[in-house]
Amino acid sequence: MGIVNALRRLSPDSRNTLVAVLTGLVAAYIAYGIWDFKATAVLGFMVRYSTPLALAAMCGILCERSGVVNIGIEGQMLVGAFVAFFGATWAGIVFGVVAGVVVGALLGAFLAVCAVSWRINQIIAGTVINILAAGVTSFFYRQGRTMKGSMPTWEIPLLKDIPLLGKVFFQNQPLTYLTFAIVIVLQVMLFRTPWGLRTRAVGEHPSAADTVGVNVSLYRYGNVAAGGALAGLAGALLSVEATGTFERGMTSGRGFLALAIMIMGRWRPSLAWAAALFFGLLNGLVNQLNFERVIDVPPQFIGMLPYVLTIVVLATFAGRVRAPAASGQPYTKE
Amino acid sequence: MNRQRVQSALLPVVAVLVAFLIGAIVVLADGKSPVRAAEAVIKGSMANRAAIGATLEKATPLILTGLAVIVGMKAGLFNIGAQGQLLLGSIMSAYVGYRLTGLPTVVHLPLALLAGVAFGAVPAFVVGVLKAYRGVHEVIATIMMNTILVNLTDWLAGGPWMQPDQAISKTPPIQASAEIPKVADLPVGFFLAVVMAFVVWFLLSRTTLGFELGTVGANRDAAHYAGMSVKGITVLAMTLSGALAGLGGAIETQGVVGRFEPGFNRGLGFDGITIALLAKVSPRAAIPAALLIGALRASSTQLQSIAQVAPEIVDVILAVALLLVAAPMIIRWALRLRNASGVEGVNLNTGWGS
Repeated sequence: MGIVNALRRLSPDSRNTLVAVLTGLVAAYIAYGIWDFKATAVLGFMVRYSTPLALAAMCGILCERSGVVNIGIEGQMLVGAFVAFFGATWAGIVFGVVAGVVVGALLGAFLAVCAVSWRINQIIAGTVINILAAGVTSFFYRQGRTMKGSMPTWEIPLLKDIPLLGKVFFQNQPLTYLTFAIVIVLQVMLFRTPWGLRTRAVGEHPSAADTVGVNVSLYRYGNVAAGGALAGLAGALLSVEATGTFERGMTSGRGFLALAIMIMGRWRPSLAWAAALFFGLLNGLVNQLNFERVIDVPPQFIGMLPYVLTIVVLATFAGRVRAPAASGQPYTKE
Repeated sequence: MNRQRVQSALLPVVAVLVAFLIGAIVVLADGKSPVRAAEAVIKGSMANRAAIGATLEKATPLILTGLAVIVGMKAGLFNIGAQGQLLLGSIMSAYVGYRLTGLPTVVHLPLALLAGVAFGAVPAFVVGVLKAYRGVHEVIATIMMNTILVNLTDWLAGGPWMQPDQAISKTPPIQASAEIPKVADLPVGFFLAVVMAFVVWFLLSRTTLGFELGTVGANRDAAHYAGMSVKGITVLAMTLSGALAGLGGAIETQGVVGRFEPGFNRGLGFDGITIALLAKVSPRAAIPAALLIGALRASSTQLQSIAQVAPEIVDVILAVALLLVAAPMIIRWALRLRNASGVEGVNLNTGWGS
């Protein structure tokens, strides 16, 4: 009875999430019971694929919740990946990651300057960041560097021994854990703290926020810069942690995928994470099926899949979800 | 011309000059000589007739992708997908160009061009419908389309339409009857693109359709209350935009490359954005803007060989120019101009819903 009552008190959102998570878990363990090794491989792929996307989606959420559309996530990630990798070749991985985050934050601040102070169209400002990032990282790219050190894998005691989930979630690299933490912290902060309330107010109704004494520009600057830092971290995760190398244009559209994931997750950190995991799962499944020649699809079609999915997802959800009302609108004090 | 118009026309010029200056600083920071880089650009883009031809060749698809972006922007749509639309148009014109044999030039050439136009329009039409009826933001949809179409064309050129006895994936060469000729080293396609710039200018500023497009772009609600079909015009503008990009791809195939080869025309669509903004969303101004970028692109080998500068420097310069044009405040402040306006007539939709 207690459980039923507790379930009733939950918001429909939380209830749906709970149901989805439980269904997913049951399905995963059934699959694990039948093909233990393959199920672990698919879920492992899911986590690896989804983590940078989730992190980049957090950047989108932070920016849009405070009223700035950040279409430059892709570029911020790319520069983050670039700086982190070459920082890591020069002075070690910790330095690299920190440098990537700092440069990401600077690019975020740059977007904030464009959007808040100069009132440039935010889509154009983001595009400028993307073009500039692609140009600069290709121009200064040097081949054949290697990082000083590599990211360790940390196994969490006790948790790592849970069948399936232990291997999938609790035997990962540091930035992956950091992403898990960031998603949870951001979810709590956005909906349970004064900062979160003010941020959402700035994104929904800036003039009302202004009336009660919230500094709209300050919140936008701070959050968009913090968002840029997250995008930079996502880039660092991609280069320093996931692949251990940098390639020209290595983000290959992940920044835009992250925006779709943000929309699918309705601008909520936890839901966006779930959406990212779902994306990762689908890609992992198709990869595994193709690997085993159950299906025989040319690699180009596998490459297309996430993008086709994004369009399908947006066509299904975009019209029906509601973005923060002031997202994309510059604010002028009256 | 009055003072204000002169100032307004001056802005992109100043932006480009400042961008060159910053490019020079970047080259210097890279330990190379900006003077030699400038020499390389001059040699590669205008020193002789072949170089001028190369510049015009590079500028041709750029005029068209620039026009594609401009048509979208007039209607408040940001078409980042000109790249993908161009690719699909390009491969379809190559297919019609090599597959059909025995046709006279007067039939074959326009037919292949038409294939490019039609198939450039198809993905853009899909994006337009998604935008108008499902509220999918066109920026995301077109970017997704770009990757999908890169993969699709790669697959076509490396699979079903691949030239059999070849190691690299590419389609067979097109028939001579589909080739756009060159007159004295100068590509005829360029002049076709110039004509299109005037056609688009006429369409946008002298016809009812152009007026409706502009009204939807400026104020969707006003357009709706005036009885215009906002959804219909959104789809139409997107389709038109894709058709122009597709034509760019077709001319590239039939006038320059002679077949479809993956990777031969990357980046043309993105340069279209730069051109549209440098041209301040005016179709006729797209011609000089495309010539400028075409000249820079045409000299990429010379940049590498004469000055040892990575050709990506061009992207750096263009991004800076783009930023300066988009941010008129910086230049206004620097030049102490009054009332200098930046990108007029662009009212891009920044929200996600429809």
